[in-house]
Amino acid sequence: MDTTYIFLQQYWWFLVSLLGALLVFLMFVQGGQTLIYTLGKTEDERTLIINCLGHKWEFTFTTLVTFGGAFFASFPLFYSTSFGGAYWVWMAILLFFVLQAVSYEFRSKVNNLLGKKTYEWFLILNGLFGTVLVGTAVGTFFTGSLFSVDQAKIANIGGNMTISQWEGPAYGLEAVLNPINVALGLAVFFLARILGTLYIMNSIDNDKILARSKKQLLYNTIPFLVCFLFFVVCIFLKEGFAVNEAGVVYKEAYKYLFNFLQMPAVAAIFLLGVVGVLWGIGLSLFSKTVYTKGIWFAGAGTVFTVLALLLNAGWNNTAYYPSLYGDLQSSLTIYNSSSSKFTLTAMSIVSLFIPFVLAYIVYMWRLINKKKMVLNDIQTESHIY
Amino acid sequence: MHDNLFLSSVVEWSRLQFALTAIFHWLFVPLTLGLSFMIAIMETIYVKTGNEFWKKTVKFWMTVFGINFAVGVATGLILEFEFGTNWSNYSWFVGDIFGAPLAIEGILAFFMESTFIAVMFFGWNKVGRKTHLTASWLTAFGANLSALWILVANGWMQNPVGMEFNPDTARNEMNSFWEVLFNPTAINKFFHTITSGYVLAAIVVIGISAWFILKGREKLFANKSILVASVFGLLSSAVLIFTGDSSAHNVAHTQPMKLAAMEGLYKGSEGAGFSMFGIPTPGKKYGDGKDEYVFNLEFPKLLSFLGYRNFNAFVPGIDDLIKGGFKKEDGSTAISAEEKIRRGRAAIEAYQEYNKAKKEGNDVVAADAKARLEKNFKYYGYGYFNDPSSIIPNVPLCYYSFRIMVWLGFLFVFIFVISLWVVLKRDGNFGKWILYLSIWSVPLVYIASQAGWIVAEMGRQPWTIQDLLPTVAAVSRIDASSVMITFFLFFILFTILLVAELRILFAQIRKGPKISNESV
Repeated sequence: MDTTYIFLQQYWWFLVSLLGALLVFLMFVQGGQTLIYTLGKTEDERTLIINCLGHKWEFTFTTLVTFGGAFFASFPLFYSTSFGGAYWVWMAILLFFVLQAVSYEFRSKVNNLLGKKTYEWFLILNGLFGTVLVGTAVGTFFTGSLFSVDQAKIANIGGNMTISQWEGPAYGLEAVLNPINVALGLAVFFLARILGTLYIMNSIDNDKILARSKKQLLYNTIPFLVCFLFFVVCIFLKEGFAVNEAGVVYKEAYKYLFNFLQMPAVAAIFLLGVVGVLWGIGLSLFSKTVYTKGIWFAGAGTVFTVLALLLNAGWNNTAYYPSLYGDLQSSLTIYNSSSSKFTLTAMSIVSLFIPFVLAYIVYMWRLINKKKMVLNDIQTESHIY
Repeated sequence: MHDNLFLSSVVEWSRLQFALTAIFHWLFVPLTLGLSFMIAIMETIYVKTGNEFWKKTVKFWMTVFGINFAVGVATGLILEFEFGTNWSNYSWFVGDIFGAPLAIEGILAFFMESTFIAVMFFGWNKVGRKTHLTASWLTAFGANLSALWILVANGWMQNPVGMEFNPDTARNEMNSFWEVLFNPTAINKFFHTITSGYVLAAIVVIGISAWFILKGREKLFANKSILVASVFGLLSSAVLIFTGDSSAHNVAHTQPMKLAAMEGLYKGSEGAGFSMFGIPTPGKKYGDGKDEYVFNLEFPKLLSFLGYRNFNAFVPGIDDLIKGGFKKEDGSTAISAEEKIRRGRAAIEAYQEYNKAKKEGNDVVAADAKARLEKNFKYYGYGYFNDPSSIIPNVPLCYYSFRIMVWLGFLFVFIFVISLWVVLKRDGNFGKWILYLSIWSVPLVYIASQAGWIVAEMGRQPWTIQDLLPTVAAVSRIDASSVMITFFLFFILFTILLVAELRILFAQIRKGPKISNESV
């Protein structure tokens, strides 16, 4: 057993999970986009909200791109299997993100062909489907998908040469038939809206928008808690997908619950995360004085919660991408789907730059967000979305 | 489903979809590569002189930059994921090497770009002048750094190095990061591509400025912009031409079939001439005995020199590469395509035997099969073909694209020289014909830039990874109809976005930087 290699696989699963967790946090941009008409009643208010969110859209987008790249580099067989198989899910996600990228820049420009309203609706569609679909896709990490993997096929000249292929006609869209996946999708959607309101409360100085945000915060917290609890209870109670030392994948009762019990540190991160999210929401809703910094508790809580859930899916001898087609042995684990030891080592050296990257992002973020935005800003700023 | 029929249509649609995304991506990216640097240069002048004129100039070009940037980012996301969605076997076969540059691109370059672009656009009133200037430079470096990593990945597809095939995992695994990074193909490609972006951006700046002069508006702004752009473009052109030359040299050694297709050369010869202008015979096929060209004006011996640094070197044509038998530069005799197919087939069969023996636990047979696989692996991809002529790319497309790129390239050098001369020596009094030529060069520079990629990527066909994995063995197992639908969805969406972006851009240009000439 090559312990260095195993360590590297665990380390890269941690990094990919961390990127996934940061992505869900940064989806406050998407969540906020679905609320532009609810929180902004006048044209100027909407412009203010869109500009406030727009200062951050590129971070979410870049994190998505980097998440894809890092997954490709560290677990290329997932890239090949999931993207090449669950074709329609990923294509739908991509389409809804393309809509976002242009909408900010084009929205308020003269001669923009489709008109302001269309670009605003693009932002809403991105916020709705982007979050729901990403959440639903991640749900399959716990519930499994219909695919098969056979390396020998690449030598099948003149026949079917594709190593990993989807075994259902819907190319991944069948994931929406599983209530657990959908529950996670909706949980991500409502969480993104919660984070969106919290971010707007923290970044915009406007009483009307603040009051509406508070109301929306409450309205979205309730369905979020229902969906999230449903998802967590379901995965704790269901059979999970385990892998033994010989690499054989098998079903194990209460696997995901046991994973938390067997990895108390990860469980602690999970609990800390959930408490952080609730604390952030609670302070913002019930504080006697006006409290607008809830995003930081809820944001950090989101990162912790998602990180712990993804670690739960991949660590502790768990198959993170289970195959439900035929036998379980096509399932992907962090051991059978990772890059070679050499590549993981090289990439690990590159990963030493990550703290430096995070540092300049945080520094620049603070510089830009030093002062809350006010309605007047949209008149004085030189670059307006 | 009949496999051959399935493959031909899904491969074609997948290629078409990838080409569509790449072409659209490349309509937006090259401008941002070069314009970001020109903006940083202009802002440096602003910070040094404190002259508000330069700040307004910077802001105008930043608007142009911002409009382009968004669509470049959007199409880039799709490109990245399409390696997985449409080329599943490819991602499996080379993911161990190919994924790394994409990840590094994200971690090191994209975050730099997206963090500092936010400061660049929204930081004018929030950060100090010097911090803002640093952000502008870092945005430019970030954009170009991302180009480095994706071009390292692309260079590796043209000339795979630094790896070894592992039959246990059915994939190529990296064994030298530095070989992948410093792959001569990648390095040439990087410098050639970014400087092509700089030239494109310089032509766009000159073209737009020329329009202002023609309209009698913003003369000072236009002249100063032309000054920066023509110097920047001229310096970039020098590197562009130099790396173009070394690319030809490189292609001659790593992808001789691409070189032959670029030249429309079927019958090779010693002291081969370079076709300056010509018409390759339409519909010519391998072995049909027709002449290569309907008309051809060639520069004697130049092709031999470009490819091999020797005016009398033998340059193999398409016929020679298929039939083999010619003496190569290192003195060995080239083998035929048929022999390559035979060896490729031997490699694939050895891989099958290895798998079988491993399953049965027969280590002796497995070791023997592995040895045969390694011996023939160089030709692995050829094993997927039956017909030797399958390895010929689309000759007329490569031939014409190459010439369009090169000749337009020289036109742009001419524009830089004459613009610089007029600004410096004739006080910016441009003749009308120069202004019109500059404006018309804007669409031409995009055509030249796309043509370059057509040579690079169509010339590599039928391979995704040169000699190792043809497109037919790289594709995902999905319905051709699914790919067809996404193709049209993307086509419609991208077209709408392009039209919207052009309308916005033209409106912004018409608005102009609004600098009164007296303010300086």
